[in-house]
Amino acid sequence: MSRFLYYPGCSMDSSARAYGDSIEEVCRPLEIDLQEIDDWNCCGASEYMALSQTRAFALISRNLALAERQKNGTDTLIAPCSLCYLNLAKTDHYMQEDPRLSKKLNMALDADGLSYTPGALAVRHLLDIVLDEVGLEKVRSHVVKPLTGLRLAPYLGCLVTRPDYGHRWRSREHPKELDHLLAALGAEVVDFPLRTECCGGHMTQISPGTGFELIRRLVDAAARQGADALVTLCPMCQMNVDAYQAEMNRHYKSSYHMPILFFTQLMGIAFGSPPDMLGFGTELVSASGVLAKIGVKQPETPEAEAAGAAARKHRPKQTGLPMPVMPADEEGQR
Amino acid sequence: MSTGQERIGVYICHCGSNIAGIVDVAEVSRWAGEALASQGVVISRDDKFMCASSGQELIEKDIAELGLNRVVVAACSPHMHEKTFRGACARAGLNPYLCELVSIREHVSWVHTDKAAATAKAKAVVAGGVFRVKEHAPLEPLRVPIHPATLVVGGGIAGISTALEIADAGFPVHLVERQPSIGGHMAQFDKTFPTLDCSACILTPKMVEAGTHKNITLHTWSEVTDVKGYVGNFTVTIKEKARYIIYDLCTGCGICQEKCPAKVQDLEFEAGLGYRKVAYMPFPQAVPKVPVIDRDNCTYFSKGTCKACEKFCPTNAIDFTQEDKEVVVEVGNIVLATGFELFDARRIEQYGYGRLPNVFTSLEFERMSNAAGPTSGHIVLRDGVTEPKAVGIVHCVGSRDRNYNNYCSAICCMQSLKFAHLVKEHTDATVYNFYIDIRAAGKAFDEFYQRVLEEGTVFVRGRVAEVTDALRPDEADQAGRIIVQVEDTLAGQQRRIPLDMVILSAGLEPPADAKETGRLFGISCSSDGWVIERHPKLDPVATMTDGVFAAGCALGPRDIPSSVTNGAAAAARILGRIQQKEMALEPVRATVDEARCSGCRICNDLCPYNAIIFHEDRMVTEVNPALCQGCGTCVAACPAGAISGTGFSDAQILSQIEGLLMLTASGEPRKAVPA
Amino acid sequence: MTATQTISGTTRGHRNFMAEVASLTAGDSRLEMCIQCGTCGGSCPSAADMDHTPRMLFAMVRAGMKEQVLRSNTPFMCVSCYFCAVRCPQEIHIPDVMYVLKAMATNEGRVPDRTAPDFSRTFVNNIHRYGRSFEVGLVLRHYLRHYLTRLPGMAPMGIGMVTKGRIGFRPHQIKGRDGLRKILVRAAELEAEA
Repeated sequence: MSRFLYYPGCSMDSSARAYGDSIEEVCRPLEIDLQEIDDWNCCGASEYMALSQTRAFALISRNLALAERQKNGTDTLIAPCSLCYLNLAKTDHYMQEDPRLSKKLNMALDADGLSYTPGALAVRHLLDIVLDEVGLEKVRSHVVKPLTGLRLAPYLGCLVTRPDYGHRWRSREHPKELDHLLAALGAEVVDFPLRTECCGGHMTQISPGTGFELIRRLVDAAARQGADALVTLCPMCQMNVDAYQAEMNRHYKSSYHMPILFFTQLMGIAFGSPPDMLGFGTELVSASGVLAKIGVKQPETPEAEAAGAAARKHRPKQTGLPMPVMPADEEGQR
Repeated sequence: MSTGQERIGVYICHCGSNIAGIVDVAEVSRWAGEALASQGVVISRDDKFMCASSGQELIEKDIAELGLNRVVVAACSPHMHEKTFRGACARAGLNPYLCELVSIREHVSWVHTDKAAATAKAKAVVAGGVFRVKEHAPLEPLRVPIHPATLVVGGGIAGISTALEIADAGFPVHLVERQPSIGGHMAQFDKTFPTLDCSACILTPKMVEAGTHKNITLHTWSEVTDVKGYVGNFTVTIKEKARYIIYDLCTGCGICQEKCPAKVQDLEFEAGLGYRKVAYMPFPQAVPKVPVIDRDNCTYFSKGTCKACEKFCPTNAIDFTQEDKEVVVEVGNIVLATGFELFDARRIEQYGYGRLPNVFTSLEFERMSNAAGPTSGHIVLRDGVTEPKAVGIVHCVGSRDRNYNNYCSAICCMQSLKFAHLVKEHTDATVYNFYIDIRAAGKAFDEFYQRVLEEGTVFVRGRVAEVTDALRPDEADQAGRIIVQVEDTLAGQQRRIPLDMVILSAGLEPPADAKETGRLFGISCSSDGWVIERHPKLDPVATMTDGVFAAGCALGPRDIPSSVTNGAAAAARILGRIQQKEMALEPVRATVDEARCSGCRICNDLCPYNAIIFHEDRMVTEVNPALCQGCGTCVAACPAGAISGTGFSDAQILSQIEGLLMLTASGEPRKAVPA
Repeated sequence: MTATQTISGTTRGHRNFMAEVASLTAGDSRLEMCIQCGTCGGSCPSAADMDHTPRMLFAMVRAGMKEQVLRSNTPFMCVSCYFCAVRCPQEIHIPDVMYVLKAMATNEGRVPDRTAPDFSRTFVNNIHRYGRSFEVGLVLRHYLRHYLTRLPGMAPMGIGMVTKGRIGFRPHQIKGRDGLRKILVRAAELEAEA
């Protein structure tokens, strides 16, 4: 059993229930023991930072302080939500970089008898843990129901590989790690060009037109590549692309149907867990087609088949002038 | 050793207000004359500018009239004027090494603001100098002979130019080049800016001259593997790699190349854009016109079959048993002209090079535009056939970027303008240049920019953010094209511009093994990897190591005229040395007292100049006075104290310390400390 | 300190505004290193909807055009995706500066549009009250104030979220609410002291 400190984030038991449920479900076979921080508070998302830096950092640092206190054999703090992950990592990073800030925050924490030593914790995203601490070999060993025939578009969102204070990712723009993970589950991974493009964050609440445009770009690119679903690792991204897809369709008079699932949901299915334990059915853009595709070998719909064929055709052939030699895309290259 | 017969002159410089503004120079001079009289000071003066001729004349006059046999000047750093004052002493007939320059500027007036404390410190520094100079002995510079041959490493335009200058003056040159032919990157280019001369047309006559010159020995397909010795007397080992072709029998007919069935992607000359045979000459005008068999890809070497080249060679020049040959040459001077490598554009993911077929690097484009290149000069997409309708040229790829290389690569703006012109010349395409600044500083450069503007190239001031094939829903009609996403900063808008082809003006980098080369030749490279010149303004082709020079892009990004000029400058310096037949070296050196050396060899590996020789027969270490730069590392390391430095002996240093401690920090005489 | 502009005059106090913004940013923002290359404006996914590209905004900050900067919608259109930050050749911490400008504009009452600051304030008030965010409360309040006309069209989504159990109708309250409030009050005091 590998133990880690765990910061779930506010959406895990509500809008991202599917993520929360599926994380719990896959942690057992992967032998990950998540110790939830006792009485953690909201990280402030991008809202507190927009009103006051010091207070925003202080809010986040309370979680770091509680986690440090709870250390108990591990100093790795996992956050599954990309924005929570960034906030925790950013606060720890700036406390290390800026002694003035560190002093201020510790003075604020002291008002409740708390303190945090900058650098005491290693803040990491859940995907990072699955790749490095668990490893793809172990993931593969638990696959009982390979996702054969399922075409998935890996979508990491913007805050996992950027700004990457901990230097955990080799590529900031086109990381292949999620590709490798989904391939390890037996799926066919499409070469999704917008792996780390932003879903718009809270833009659907601030400037809906902007929000819908960003959502549309993702959904359109996935559809163009003939993907059956987008796969993500952030509650905000999932919410935007899923819950607002209908409104986006109305805005553009389009008719996209692109389900978006959490990577842990797909892992769960591949490990043989029943869909209802993994939050399937909570998505607004139904993923029943996705399930049908791997549960039962159904013939593809003519449109999906055409899109897939078109995407495959789009790949350039190797005639004409030679291409530059690229380093081998190896699994395990972090 | 001090004999007590020293007659010392002390000169305190004001340096205008640089020193006098903080240090009370008159007081220091007065004090020195008084308090240090017992040490041998017979005269103490202060002057506004000691380095001026009037100041130097003071010294010369006092030496003559007062019989001075030691001089202490308290002024700026020895780096500035040690030579000046030594020169003044020499002119007056005093051995220049009996002069000591102590710094009361860099060490005192420039770093302190408290005048009283600074004055006290200046006094201490002067006292240190006086105590020390008594222990100085007259020294004679070492004279070493200069071998008339020169080694030039690198056969690009810089190396070729250097070699020709020296050879034309009548002296032998060994020109070493690691590729099968000389020519370097200039041989790959199509046209050169701003004149649009055909690169090969202006280069090949020089290549031929170098290849046929009676004073130039070409070592192509070769590497320098060892360098021993010192200025005027280097012993260099050159590894001539096996070509598997007998040089003297080969006529350069090219049949082996024609008949060779194996083809590989040509990553060197064609920059990956074309193919070459395994038995090949890199390009038709290769000098020497002798092919090479690429052992790693040869069917015979991997499977034992084929041998087509051997079958068809009309002069039986193929020899699969050939081995690398080592050649040892003696030279007097070395010039490093090792050139540059192109920044690896694959590192910038968002530009898509290597992923998107129609993104090309500058070198790939040079080969494409070249009439002798893989597309016979046609500007086409990666499919080898389609002409682009819109081409974008991206400036500053991997340059001026803290994520990759901080520096500007100097030539890319002009190169990008050149590309714009060439695309317009070969096609009807619309051409965009995406830039941050236009750096067109040289002769006729800005005029070239004007010309390119006239031709209708569209300039967008913005550093390209992304090159992508991921089309947005409203770009569905641009299928198959690539989009450059950039902020047009002058218009203040983000733009997505659909193009067919993108050319990345990638930056210049030092060769991958630059640091190893530095170690081999005993010179330093900067953190970027470029060779460090002795002085960036006043001595741009010499290095800190006597006898080793550099020319061309080995020193940093520069264009062809600069490289040629560098070569001429290095050649001039070397020719001057050669014709003087010998050179005087600074006598400030370390010497080993053999009687005290126990042969522990601790010092042997510490010498940064490889100046230490160990005599196995006598089990003692000796310092080569010509290579030794007097850094003092071995002196400090020797546990037996067997090494001392002429010019920095223990006696000199200890007495200087005594002088420095003569006064307390407030300027009072220090009471003697009981031993 | 206001920047005065007239047709013939120039803005005043320019050096101070840039320094002010830099000093409020955690760590070293490197804002003064900007060479106006436009990589940020070129990378930004929401640039098309901004009054000024990020680069232009920094040029205005440098010029001391405080009024125009604080009235620009640019910081509020920033999605903090960090594309600009990782591509900037001068390694400027752009999103951090954007947060500072958001806060400055809000706190000095210069915002061009109240939607974003209202959203942030509502979000933050929930945190003060419960220690956690409270989506339902946030969304309802926000839409009633700003997007009344959107509500009917969003009914299907709303119903969907409810029926699929993705809405938490009761706010979760942390035990250490009072302690958290103490921390935040102290932080506010320290901020004002700076």
